[in-house]
Amino acid sequence: MLHIKCPHCGMRSQNEFSYGGDATVKRPELNKEVTDQEWDNFVYNRVSPRGKHLELWQHLSGCRQWIKVERDTATHEIFKTYKANEEIA
Amino acid sequence: MQKYSIFSLVKNALTGHQNWDLAWKDPNPKEEYDVVIIGGGGHGLATAYYLAKEHQITKVAIIEKGWIGGGNVGRNTTIIRSNYMHDENGLFSEFGMDLWRKMSQDLNYNVMFSPRGIINLAHSDAQMNAYARRGNSMRLNGIDAVLLNREEVKELIPMADFSDNVRFPIFGGLMQPSAGTARHDAVAWGYARQADSMGVDIIQNCEVTGFDISAGKIKGIRTSRGNIKAKKVGLCVAGSTNILAEKLNMTLPIETHLLQACVSEPVKPVLDKVVTFGAGHFYISQSDKGEMVMGGDLDGYNSYAQRGNLPTLQHVLTEGIAMMPFLSKLKMLRTWGGIMDMSMDGSPIIDKTHIDGLYLNCGWCYGGFKATPASGWTFAHTIAQDRVHELNSGYSLNRFSTGHLIDEKGLGTKTWIS
Repeated sequence: MLHIKCPHCGMRSQNEFSYGGDATVKRPELNKEVTDQEWDNFVYNRVSPRGKHLELWQHLSGCRQWIKVERDTATHEIFKTYKANEEIA
Repeated sequence: MQKYSIFSLVKNALTGHQNWDLAWKDPNPKEEYDVVIIGGGGHGLATAYYLAKEHQITKVAIIEKGWIGGGNVGRNTTIIRSNYMHDENGLFSEFGMDLWRKMSQDLNYNVMFSPRGIINLAHSDAQMNAYARRGNSMRLNGIDAVLLNREEVKELIPMADFSDNVRFPIFGGLMQPSAGTARHDAVAWGYARQADSMGVDIIQNCEVTGFDISAGKIKGIRTSRGNIKAKKVGLCVAGSTNILAEKLNMTLPIETHLLQACVSEPVKPVLDKVVTFGAGHFYISQSDKGEMVMGGDLDGYNSYAQRGNLPTLQHVLTEGIAMMPFLSKLKMLRTWGGIMDMSMDGSPIIDKTHIDGLYLNCGWCYGGFKATPASGWTFAHTIAQDRVHELNSGYSLNRFSTGHLIDEKGLGTKTWIS
């Protein structure tokens, strides 16, 4: 079982969280011309790397906050967790 | 190639089974091939076989990082079916059902195809209506479908929970009588043996490290065993698709996810159908050895680890016990995981790419095994003719940008949507 450290609540079991996918995907800016390719990349296309992956999780059965988790997709090791609005160096 | 038969069995029994031919060779890569297939799983081996058999292209290599049949073709729950509503999936899968029926004779290898029937259980009136609609769509495409009421289901699978106070009572089900199971390893080995006999080089323990592309055309691949020139290259690597796509500077509508399966200890024959739970995601059949073979949901997060986590397994088996309470008495024998190429609409991709001579076969989600022959057949056609066949014309790569999604169940990477 994964143990995810919620930046608001502390270390909790995977059972309390739900997964939200790649956290590096950015929505095209509002009120700007968006090409089909940009929209495609936002909605469908994913890098899905083997190794370090920054991803969104929601602490659904806890504080209900969305958080960011840096996790290894090959080993499942979790390196670091961030608040949703935290800037990542 | 030595033909397998009762006579060859007797003859070899008399000599202590010392003189059987190797089923396939272990060649070193040649300098150049007409077609290189990357990935020695079921789909890759089938593609090579049909390239040789249907298109007389035999200067073909299969490049496999590990050993053939070591990935998902050896890790699945062996279910074969074509119970789809949409034309693209229904016609494609039903074409595959024909190939399954002939496979043991065609390959001279017993794949133990067992058309025992699959039942999708319904747990509400609305679900019965949806199944009636899907059944009608199937029959319009020439696929057998039977809508069963509660009593008819009870006759076929009396061990399911038909008591009155269950959370998800069984209202009925949709059965495809011609669906079934097959011995998955034999499928890989059967295709490998025939492909090898027609001149295909099966090159194992050979990792692809890069591609040679010039002026938008594929020239060859770089591997851990040297460079190989190729006029055409086909990608058939399931859960590793994104790793190779990165080397090609392509971003695909694919995420790699983890799917688990498990088997119980072997018990006496109790279940002679494949059964799926309609109020969640759980499926079960009984193997010839007596084990109950079970599977269900993805673990739910991107993963390349071919091993799973217990919470999902517990969730899946809770559904199983709700459907068939006797399962709670069984001991678990094995659990394992494989990595799935989950496409964004839950349907596969068999298509050309923007690189001339490079072809893509991926996005099989939960349903790769049953598609093995049809996938190999259509991918071989796409590569040999440099154009897609009618059967896989819906499985295009650009359908995500054009909006022609095949949302059979709305189940892609985002399983929570279901």
